Amino acid sequence: MDSFVNKFKKSTSTWRDQDMIVNFDVTKEFSLPTFDIPPCHNPIEFLKSHTDENSNPECRIKFKHGTTTLAFKYQGGIIVAVDSRATSGSTIATQNIKKVIEINPYLLGTMAGGAADCTFWERELGRRCRLYELRNKERISVTAASKLLGNIVYSFKGMGLSMGTMVVGWDKTGPKIFYVDADGTRMKGDLFSVGSGSTFAYGVLGSGYDHDLSDNDAAELGRRAVYHAAHRDAASGGNIHVYHVKQTGWEFLGIRNFDDLHWEYQDQPKPSIIGDVQPMMLNIQE
Amino acid sequence: MNPVALYNHEPLTSAAKQHQFDPYEMNGGTSLVIKGSDFCVVASDTRQSVGFQINSRYAPKTFKLTDNAVITASGFSADSLALFKKLSQNLEWYKHAHDKVMSTPAIAQMLSNTLYYKRFFPYYSFCLVGGIDEQGRGVAYSYDPMGSYGPEPYKSVGSASTLIQPFLDNQARVGHQNQQIVQQSEISLESAISITKDAFTSASERDIYTGDFLEIFVIKQGGVTVERVDLRKD
Repeated sequence: MDSFVNKFKKSTSTWRDQDMIVNFDVTKEFSLPTFDIPPCHNPIEFLKSHTDENSNPECRIKFKHGTTTLAFKYQGGIIVAVDSRATSGSTIATQNIKKVIEINPYLLGTMAGGAADCTFWERELGRRCRLYELRNKERISVTAASKLLGNIVYSFKGMGLSMGTMVVGWDKTGPKIFYVDADGTRMKGDLFSVGSGSTFAYGVLGSGYDHDLSDNDAAELGRRAVYHAAHRDAASGGNIHVYHVKQTGWEFLGIRNFDDLHWEYQDQPKPSIIGDVQPMMLNIQE
Repeated sequence: MNPVALYNHEPLTSAAKQHQFDPYEMNGGTSLVIKGSDFCVVASDTRQSVGFQINSRYAPKTFKLTDNAVITASGFSADSLALFKKLSQNLEWYKHAHDKVMSTPAIAQMLSNTLYYKRFFPYYSFCLVGGIDEQGRGVAYSYDPMGSYGPEPYKSVGSASTLIQPFLDNQARVGHQNQQIVQQSEISLESAISITKDAFTSASERDIYTGDFLEIFVIKQGGVTVERVDLRKD
């Protein structure tokens, strides 16, 4: 009865607002899309045998794989750097895929693993972040956004999703990086690298990282780390995309072609990491 | 009977037996798309085969979706046709709901979602979408079977894609540094069509799954035109 009276005592504008809220169906807005499941005894094994190259090398449906992505925090915010190669089997499917997904002006997601899984779910994450913003009249935190994604992929655990992603952004509490993967792992950190080339990238990042790096030096470190990964890892390559996440949101720092960068670095003097080491210590024969 | 025994899948006989749900087939065939500044060329051969058996010499796999968009796919032809039918239905519903034709970039995103909704039972289709956007510029998109997609200047998929893609990298790519002959300007419609014809005539010399006919769709501001060319019939 009260709701009936309330409906008619309000002015038209608020009445409509009320109506909107009443019609907002949470179960519908936050429900997961429905997926077709193969009509067989074990759908997961079915999917594996047809799509997983590791368990069945002759599988028919090869989807896009292979990556180097990295993100690290430093004094000026966060640097995100990724390559742009997508391989299916041993063929290069494309040399210019976008592995940084722009969720909104303050949030970025990176793509490693299955390209379709990452793009689809990070697009869905973008929709949910927008809904959060409209309902709460403030931006979602990176923590909450990464947990939205983490909860979604966790609900599909064991079903064969393949994604290793970093949710990166700047919120009230400052810059934040979360690593979220398809197993359900979700962790906060200052420096992550994900993908087949990640080990190489970690090596370069580890030798050059400093919290007090300048913006330019930090971007260059990220670029160089992906460059070395692309050089050593056959599944990474193409172009190198670099983003800088600041208080005012993310900024795209540009695309560099790997090949151009290779000849550019070739001409530069090599960094003297072993500068203080005595020559005698290096040359055992002497 | 112990109910647990119902879930015990050890074979009753000693002979090893393996059951596999295998609803996919590879029907071969090759598709190609080349975009230009104000046009897009989408082409595919029309042979459909399984193993060494040719099912049909004319089984088209390129279809017009709207006046501005054409789709083509290779892989499993039944899946591709089911997918095209679903897309056409969605486009029809969209037209009645919004009283306008869906733009090509929107079709591209819709196809991605449609493919992903079958993430756990995928369409075995490698799709290409070509057309013009709302500003009349040429656009082309390529897909993996799960729905990952991106814009491409040119792309070939299917059984002869490993033969054709390097040829396109050589002939259709603009301003590639390491190449001996560097293409400086964007590709013209005439050269896009002749590159397409050469690509397919050569591919049908070396790929048993590509041949019979070539269908070339040209999408421009005025609409879609189709040209059919003969390929090797053996």
